[in-house]
This record gives sequence, structure tokens and C-alpha cells, in this order.
Amino acid sequence: MLYYIIRRILMMVPTLLVISLMTFFIIELPTGDYISNQIAALKATGEQSSIAKLEFQLKEFSLDRPFFERYLIWVGLWPGPHGLDGLIQGNWGWSFEFDKPVDEVVGPTLPLTIVLNFATILFVYIVSFPIGIYSATRQYSWGDYGFTFIGYFGLATPNFLLALILLYLFNQWFGLSVGGLMAPEYIDQPWSFAKAMSVLGHLIVPTIVIGTSGTAAMIRRLRANLLDELHKQYVTTGRAKGLKEGQLLVKYPLRMAINPFIADIGNLIPSLVSGSVIVSVVMSLPTVGPVLLSALQSQDQFLSGFILLFVAVLTLIGMLISDLLLAVLDPRIRLGGRASS
Amino acid sequence: MSMDVEENKTSRKVEHYVDPTPFNPAVTEEMTPEQERYFQASQWQIMWWKFKRHKLAVWSGVILILFYLCVPFAEVIAPYTANSRDSLHLFAPPQKLHLFDDGKFVGPFVYGMTSEIDMETLQWVFEDNPDQVQPIRYFCRGANYKFWNLFTADFHLFCPAKGGTLFLLGTDRLGRDQLSGLVYGARLSLTVGLIGVTISIVLGLFFGGIAGYFGGILDSAIQRMIEIIRSMPELPLWMALSAALPVTWAPVWIYFGLTIILGLLDWPGLARAVRSKLLSLREEEYAKAAVLMGAKPKRVITRHLLPGFTSHIIASATLSIPSMILGETALSYLNLGLRRPSVSWGVLLNEAQNISVVTIYPWLMAPVIPIIIVVLAFNFLGDGLRDAADPYK
Repeated sequence: MLYYIIRRILMMVPTLLVISLMTFFIIELPTGDYISNQIAALKATGEQSSIAKLEFQLKEFSLDRPFFERYLIWVGLWPGPHGLDGLIQGNWGWSFEFDKPVDEVVGPTLPLTIVLNFATILFVYIVSFPIGIYSATRQYSWGDYGFTFIGYFGLATPNFLLALILLYLFNQWFGLSVGGLMAPEYIDQPWSFAKAMSVLGHLIVPTIVIGTSGTAAMIRRLRANLLDELHKQYVTTGRAKGLKEGQLLVKYPLRMAINPFIADIGNLIPSLVSGSVIVSVVMSLPTVGPVLLSALQSQDQFLSGFILLFVAVLTLIGMLISDLLLAVLDPRIRLGGRASS
Repeated sequence: MSMDVEENKTSRKVEHYVDPTPFNPAVTEEMTPEQERYFQASQWQIMWWKFKRHKLAVWSGVILILFYLCVPFAEVIAPYTANSRDSLHLFAPPQKLHLFDDGKFVGPFVYGMTSEIDMETLQWVFEDNPDQVQPIRYFCRGANYKFWNLFTADFHLFCPAKGGTLFLLGTDRLGRDQLSGLVYGARLSLTVGLIGVTISIVLGLFFGGIAGYFGGILDSAIQRMIEIIRSMPELPLWMALSAALPVTWAPVWIYFGLTIILGLLDWPGLARAVRSKLLSLREEEYAKAAVLMGAKPKRVITRHLLPGFTSHIIASATLSIPSMILGETALSYLNLGLRRPSVSWGVLLNEAQNISVVTIYPWLMAPVIPIIIVVLAFNFLGDGLRDAADPYK
């Protein structure tokens, strides 16, 4: 098991390198950079005084060097103006727009981003598991049809539109403001039980909104997998031997069907993270989503680069966890590596 | 031998008898007309029969065709042009269609609107004016437009009464008709998926074909690349890439840039499907025969293997169109994709940015409805196509 975990984590290193290179390439795509653009703008207006400061910054952030050198400096594998000082060393870069280090800008939003994403994954697991089993064991019942119908709508409605519609309906029916992290009266108040409850209440809607399409997909998967297993002969054999229906289900077919279920959650994580970014923008939740949007619009490259990388790492960790879970549940995977080597 | 002897014996006893009905040697294994039709039909014909049985998919296809009619004929279908402003009707609510006025049948008409400014909330307040009955005109001359940007015309399918208004879905903050916006928006929103999917199919076929046919190092390298791309969250990447499109570009170029971006991140799924299909098909006898006869890889792939899974590619491409339509909508909604004067459903939704606008002017959310219908229809159609893609199962 330990061997498997280590191997799996080591496999992440090249992936991370490729992803960081891609991220850096993408954020460098726009012509020019924040500072060069500012210098150009100042030169156009004929203002000379602050150019010197900006040119110093240009050197300071080594924006004048070739692409690969800049990339390596950013990651921290190449000595920049201050020696090895990059992501690996814990320097996340500088946000030009806010004129602050990136970690001060994003720092407060990171915990909520992580909490929101993991809450969503948990929601998908908890909701889709029983419904999937119900739909498979009572195929073509009214409940099954109902869930299939809701599921199709969940898949078809883009999550940010769902957020918009829910915002409207909640406001219309209950007069509730669902946007934001907490009710307006708690902002700038010291933490109290009521405030915590308000935050919790405001997190429920985004969790549902982000998780709906994933849940719908998972219900369909689990239902299909379980239906395949339920028609196999060992189930009939078990039934013939007089096993109780519930016991039979949990002991054999469910164990077989649960493997792809967990593996698929890993595949679902990227889209969940995507959803959390846009839903946060719509519902004005203080996660990395809105920060990323403004950073991209103002071409604040180190800030947007860091957030893109952070989001990618978050997905990778999520997939790692789902892989490890799979290994715990399925000895074939856990021992497969050792048997072949 | 013995047959002959027997025949001789009988012919001696009874007179020679010939059965006039034609003799069918295959009488025991005769096929019913349906079977015969089935076995003689081409692969595509059988797929079509199988697809027709999937009622939901067929109806989805019909609905999609209706929606796609907006693409070439948007100017004729829409009562106004997409960017024409009516400064007297800002944020006008949807006008209701009526059939009867005072118990008398008039046909579809709307009441004229009187507008007043509410000085307390500083909002326009619109009310129906029952004195003004404005019947809708059909096949009429209305607002001028440039058909396909080629020549000026003014023919519309239906237009407001002379001097009247017709805002069936209300207007936005500049008094632009929402319904016309939706019709024009279909043009970009619906084609974005098609072009994006074409790009994604080309890339998917190329990479999947190489990986599946040659195998070895190339295969594992491409597999790794697919895994990495699939493990990255799509939307933030789309956002970053479309933010990189220069603002100075003309709308047409922004549009093509956007479709390329959408296609660039979508191909891994297709490439995977192509690869696994190729892996199984290249073990078939006919593929081996072609190789032994000295066919080059390109010929083997395109002439012998590709026809075997074209149907699968079409099915999975159909299923990936909705995600592209949604991607474009999301990007335009966030102001990172298309911008006015281009009109797409995402651009229209852009007006519904914050909750206060949405609560006061809920009709600004109207583009949600066609988006959901189109995405659902594509999903059902894709399901039907996928079932039909393997007709011999």
C-alpha cells in the first residue's frame, strides 16, 4: 500500500511540471506584460518621472528575460535577481494590480475555495450514492423515472444559470439574499454562532448548484453499473441460496459497482472546480473565482498564474484522494503494481 | 442414384406430373420481406431505422432543426434587428399576446404601452393601454436590415403594428428587443459548437489515430498528454485563453478565436474514443489483410478502419457540442468572450449580471430557456445516435 501511495505521488511530479509550464505559457500569451504596457502608456502621455521606477520593477520581476528563464525563475528552479526565489521556495509572486504579494491577495480566499470544493464532492457522493442504488434496484419505478428526469435537467442546466435562477427564486419566495458569504448584517461583526450559521446557510446553495450536474452524472453511472451487475448469474445464485435481498446487494453487486463509481468521481473533479469558479463569480462568494476573473481582465499575470496553478493542484489532489480510496477498496489495484514488477 | 430409381418406379405407375408452381430450393430458410430488407440494407440505413425507434431523439432532432433555422434566416424571423434601440421603452416588460379584445376576436395582438417614470424609484413603469389594440402583421415590411450583410431588405415574418411596439420578451437597458436578440444570438451560439466540434474532431482523429495505430512510445506519450489535459479544470483555462485574445480584434476574429479555444481543450475525450476503437479494429482480419497486401498506414486508417467507427465519432461529437455552447455562454457572460455588437445568448445574459437587476427585470433571464432546450435536445439526440451507432448489436 505504502509503495502504491509513493508511486502515485511521484507520478504527480512530472504532471505538475507540465501543468505549470502550460499555465505559464497561457498567462504569457497576451502581448506585452502589465509593466511594459504601463511604460508604453506613460511614454504615450509623455510622462517620464515614473518610468524609471517601472523599469526597475521590470528588472526586479525579471520580465526582460527570455521565456524559459522566466518560467524557471517563477517556479524557483533558476536563480533570479534574488537567487532561487519562486513557487517552490514559497514566494508566490507579486500582484501588480493590488501592489501586494500574491499570497496576501489570494490568501484569505484559499480556505473557502478548498472548503467549498470538498463540500461539493462530499455532496455528490452522499446524494448520488443512495439515489443511484434506489434507481437501479427499482428500475422503471416512478421514483426511478423521477430521478432520471431531474437528472437530465441537472445535466442540461449550466450551473451559473442555475445559480442565477435560484438567486431569483429565493429572493422572490423567501426574500432571502443568497449571494455573498453571509447575510449583510453579519459583515464586519465578530464571529458568533449566528454568524457561523449564516455562513453555513449561504454555503448550502452554492454547494447544491455546483454539485447538481455532477450528482446527475454519478447517479446515471452508478445506476448503469449496478444494473449490469444485478443481471449477472452470481446474483441469482446468491438469491437461490436464500440470501436476504439487502445483504445480497451490499455484499456482491454493490462492491463490484462501486469501483467505477469512485474512479469516476476523480474524473468529475475538474468540472466541479470549474463550476466553483464561475458560480463564485455569479453568487459573489469570496473564493479564488472572482479574483481570477479580475486578474485575467487586468492582465495581472503572476496573480492569475498562481490561481490557475492552485486550481489545477486542487484537482490533482482530489484525483489523488479518489485514487487512494480506490486502492483501499480494491486490492487488485493496490497489489497490481507489485505483482507485475 | 436411388432417387433416380425411385423416380423411374413412380413414373411407371402414375402419369408424369409437373407441379406448375415455381419451385424454390431455399424454401426452408426463406426470409420474410422485413428480414430481406434488413439484410440487404446498408449499415447507414440500419442505423437510421434504429435511430427512428428512439422517439425522444427524433423529436430532439426536429427541435434542433427548427432552432438552426434561425441561423440563416435570423433577419427575417426577428421582428427587430439585434442592436436597434428604442429609447422610449427601456426595460419594458414582455407584452402579452391577446386574442380577444372586449369579447371580440381580433387575432393575435398586443396592447400598446404607456410609460411613466416613477419618481420615487426612478424606474420606468409600463402599463397596458386597452385603447390601443395593435394586431401583429404577418409577412410584412418592417425594420430595415442587411441580409447576410449583402443587401438591404425589410421583409419580416411578423412585425409590430404600424407605429406600435412588439416586445414579446421585453427589452433590456438600452431598449433592445430581447426576442430579436435571442433569434440573432442563435446564429453565434449554435454555430460555436459546430465549428468547435469540427476542430476537436480533427485533433482527436489525428492524435487518437496516431496513438491507436502505431502504439508504443507515441501511444504512451499521447496518453499522458490526454491525462494531463483532462485533469485540468476546463473553465479557468478557457477564461485565461480567451482573456489572451486581443481586445482590438474584430468581432469575427474573436468569434473564431473562441471556437478554436473551445475545440482545443475538448479533443482528449474524442481522441481516447478513437484510440480504443482503433486498437480493437486493427486486430480484425480485414485490417490485417490490407496490411499484408502492402497498404500504407494512411490508407489502412482512412479506407479500412475509419468507416468502422465514423458513426461512433458522430455520436460522441454530438454529445460534446452542448459543453461548447455552455462554454461560450459562460465566457460571454463573464465578459471574456464575445462582446457587443456581436450577439449571442451569453452576451444577452451578460445584462443579467447582478441580483438586483434579475429581481426587478426577470425577463432579462430569457436566454436561459433556449439554452436549456438546446442542451437537452443535443443530449437526447446524442443518446439516440450512440444507441444507433452500433446497429448490429
